[in-house]
Amino acid sequence: MTSVSGKGVQVVGTRPIRHDGMDKVTGRALYGADIQLPGLLYGKVLRSPHAHARIKSIDTSRAEALPGVRAIITAQDMPDITERIGELGETMYNLSYLKENVLASRKVLYKGHAVAAVAATSPHIAEEALALIRVEYEPLPPVMNVKEAMTKGAPLLHEDLVTDELGKNGTQPSNVAKHFRFQKGDVEKGFQQADVIVERELQTATVHQGYLEPQNATALWGADGNVTVWCSTQGAFMTREQVYQLLDLSEAKVKVVPMEIGGGFGGKISAYLEPVAALLSRKTGRPVKVVMSRSEVFEGTGPTPAAHIKVKMGANRAGRITGAEISLYYEAGAFPGSAVQAGAMCAFACYNLENAQVDGYDVVVNKPKSAAYRAPGATQAALAVETVIDELCERIGMDPLEFRLVNGVKEGDRRVDGPAYRRIGYLEVVKATREHPHYSAPLGGPNRGRGVATGFWFNAGGPSSCYLSVNADGTVGMVEGSTDIGGSRVAVAMQAAEVLGIPAEAVKPVVADTDSVGYTSVTGGSSVAFKTGLAAYEAAQDVKRQMVERAARIWEKPVEEVESANGVFHLKSDPELKMTFKDLAARLLTTGGPITGRASVNARGAGPGFAAHIVDVEVDPETGKTQVLRYTTVQDVGRAIHPSYVEGQMQGGAAQGVGWALNEEYVYNKQGDMTNSTFLDYRMPTSLDLPMIDTVIVEVPNPTHPYGVRGVGEVPIVPPPAAIANAIYGAIGIRMTTLPMSPGKVLEALQAKGKRQR
Amino acid sequence: MLERLRVQTLVNGEEIEFLCEPRQSLLEALRDILKLTGTKEGCNDGNCGACSVILNGRLVDSCLVLAAEVQGATVETVEGLAGPTGLHPLQQSFLEQAALQCGICTPGFLMAAKALLDREPHPSEARVRLWLAGNLCRCTGYDKIVRAVLDAADKMEVARP
Ligand code: FES
Ligand code: FES
Repeated sequence: MTSVSGKGVQVVGTRPIRHDGMDKVTGRALYGADIQLPGLLYGKVLRSPHAHARIKSIDTSRAEALPGVRAIITAQDMPDITERIGELGETMYNLSYLKENVLASRKVLYKGHAVAAVAATSPHIAEEALALIRVEYEPLPPVMNVKEAMTKGAPLLHEDLVTDELGKNGTQPSNVAKHFRFQKGDVEKGFQQADVIVERELQTATVHQGYLEPQNATALWGADGNVTVWCSTQGAFMTREQVYQLLDLSEAKVKVVPMEIGGGFGGKISAYLEPVAALLSRKTGRPVKVVMSRSEVFEGTGPTPAAHIKVKMGANRAGRITGAEISLYYEAGAFPGSAVQAGAMCAFACYNLENAQVDGYDVVVNKPKSAAYRAPGATQAALAVETVIDELCERIGMDPLEFRLVNGVKEGDRRVDGPAYRRIGYLEVVKATREHPHYSAPLGGPNRGRGVATGFWFNAGGPSSCYLSVNADGTVGMVEGSTDIGGSRVAVAMQAAEVLGIPAEAVKPVVADTDSVGYTSVTGGSSVAFKTGLAAYEAAQDVKRQMVERAARIWEKPVEEVESANGVFHLKSDPELKMTFKDLAARLLTTGGPITGRASVNARGAGPGFAAHIVDVEVDPETGKTQVLRYTTVQDVGRAIHPSYVEGQMQGGAAQGVGWALNEEYVYNKQGDMTNSTFLDYRMPTSLDLPMIDTVIVEVPNPTHPYGVRGVGEVPIVPPPAAIANAIYGAIGIRMTTLPMSPGKVLEALQAKGKRQR
Repeated sequence: MLERLRVQTLVNGEEIEFLCEPRQSLLEALRDILKLTGTKEGCNDGNCGACSVILNGRLVDSCLVLAAEVQGATVETVEGLAGPTGLHPLQQSFLEQAALQCGICTPGFLMAAKALLDREPHPSEARVRLWLAGNLCRCTGYDKIVRAVLDAADKMEVARP
């Protein structure tokens, strides 16, 4: 890795061993499914075998009679609730849709839609009981993509859904939930000024976040009406909010205990099993654990939207983009609310455009309700824009990175949807990419190609809380509310350690439940190192202030006389008189009592993140298989608190993007059944599919964070599909416009090209 | 209540006896009966490697082995990797190389890597990638995992008399 490292810091930028690492390499860390409680029952969910059907009746009597079965619930057991829209990390949720998604009452809208649940003394008995529940369905024709869904007379998923058409409600029911538009300048005029125009239509498949740990929830509904939920969630407070609203309880009746979480990527924000486990527990008076199988994860939890995209861009001979327009049609899944809005804001976010128009359509189809997936919505849009730019560059004979330096955004430029950028590092990223030896290295063989692409993600902040307590041995306990999915405990602890002038290892982080720490928004939006880092920084300042006061009291001097630097307190007038943090910590109890610090923040001003990727591929002309030979990721992270975990995010995002580009997709049959709901058939990248992934950390500090943090996690998934499509073009001269670019599709394209040439 | 089978086995060097149903997998026995939850479930059909353990010296997916099959066998799980003197070099390298993010795949990777190093103390990068191909990791892109295994092999080489 290459890095421009910061000065004046001791802890930030170093690579200490993560605090939770020991438990995680010894198998002691407790993830959601690992919880054991006295009297535990096991729950299983019955799911729809149809992609679209009306539920006529549900008969649970035979299942109830099975020995070992303790309770069965259906949608009838869910309380009536009032309509409400809430925020769900990076997307929104509508409470009544969420309720229907948790347990269907009238209609099932996708294969895998939950209709009932059983609690029994063993998971096997619960599964047997599912087979005894009789549901009578009236099957309806499914709509499986936006084209079908938008056809006149298409079967309707929701009879009461009308289109929000540019802010006005339509009069006829429709599968299109929303059509919105962003505009800047005059796009027609822009196309008239172009010397070259490229127009393309692209299609991406439904793909899943693919976290290794299936969804799980364990709940205990106490006799006093208090509900405790243990689960793997990206945000305990967000889960609490959904659970108390769905169960029509007051907020304080629900406590959510976040267990260790085995990956999320945006998919573990929405509630699925938590309300089900709670209702089963209420019926049985015992704790109930529900864990999904892998097929349930594929068929019953949020994938990311498949997208149909039309894009048109024009440029002049000097390489300046003169006009750009894009229409994004995203599959929301069974209920409205795809990531199309974010996708629309990201589409042209890397470029300073005078004339542009972006149209977004949110379309319901008979697939699972889509959920956030790492930079939700941005990757699909980037595939379209970044491949068309590659084609423009080819047509005007310009180096693609040069083109991006001409058109790229900098401070003061405005996105098409309005906001102006503060200090950002897009141009720095592109320059670092151009200078990387990978960009000019020989390809070294036939059927090989190199592609580049860039990407944008907003990054987020939000509310977060942190408490610190000083121990007599000079260590500091730290309580935070941010679920740690990829090493954020250490990145947050390091920021407190930096302020206090103590080693990272001396801060001991704990992720607490919703009763034990202040409100903290989800681990999403690449926000934790930024917002909870800020909370830890402020809490540490609080501790430091009190430590200075205490030193002053001990020395019987005014507070202004005491200075602290790098964990040492000393007197201005007599620098010989000093105490280390540890010395002072040992004396707290006898000089006035313990010291704790706290901070709750609403972190604003997250710094946008930009990335550029270079990829080399080789396409096998016999099989159509694309092998990734070399991969380099370049990214502005603001400031890398713990570079190893920053690199890890860049590498992991790139790997997911490679899977999205080359293999992954939900394969459906005519009836709307997913036919590949196992890891064997839903082929995610393995260690054999990837090379080492080189990382270049660029640091253009975010002015709104004390150490310059921007956020890291999401933008690395944005460039890969486009970069790989561009590389495939370099290898075989074919512009692939459909994801995944699987061997079959590439082979077909090769054969079609061969025919044309003959 | 189904008839239960009595199974005697050696788990992490300790003689253990448990009762299980004929339909229960080794993974279930480890997690639900013996409460050794370090071994994880990612798919329950042999396609993710999160449940990897070493059975009589061979790397297996414990979700594909019936619990009753381990009668008289030797089972090694992640819980047995660290000794009283400290972590196994693989565990140490995983920590130092930041080879885990969420960590749910880590026990499986550690056992797969141990099975490899038990057999081939000096594997090449290609051999490591081949041996780990049965273990999915969705967080890391494998780069740091492969490096950690190579690093552990080096550490063990230095430590050998
Ligand atoms: S749980 Fe055994 S291989 Fe996935
Ligand atoms: S670290 Fe999360 S799956 Fe490997």
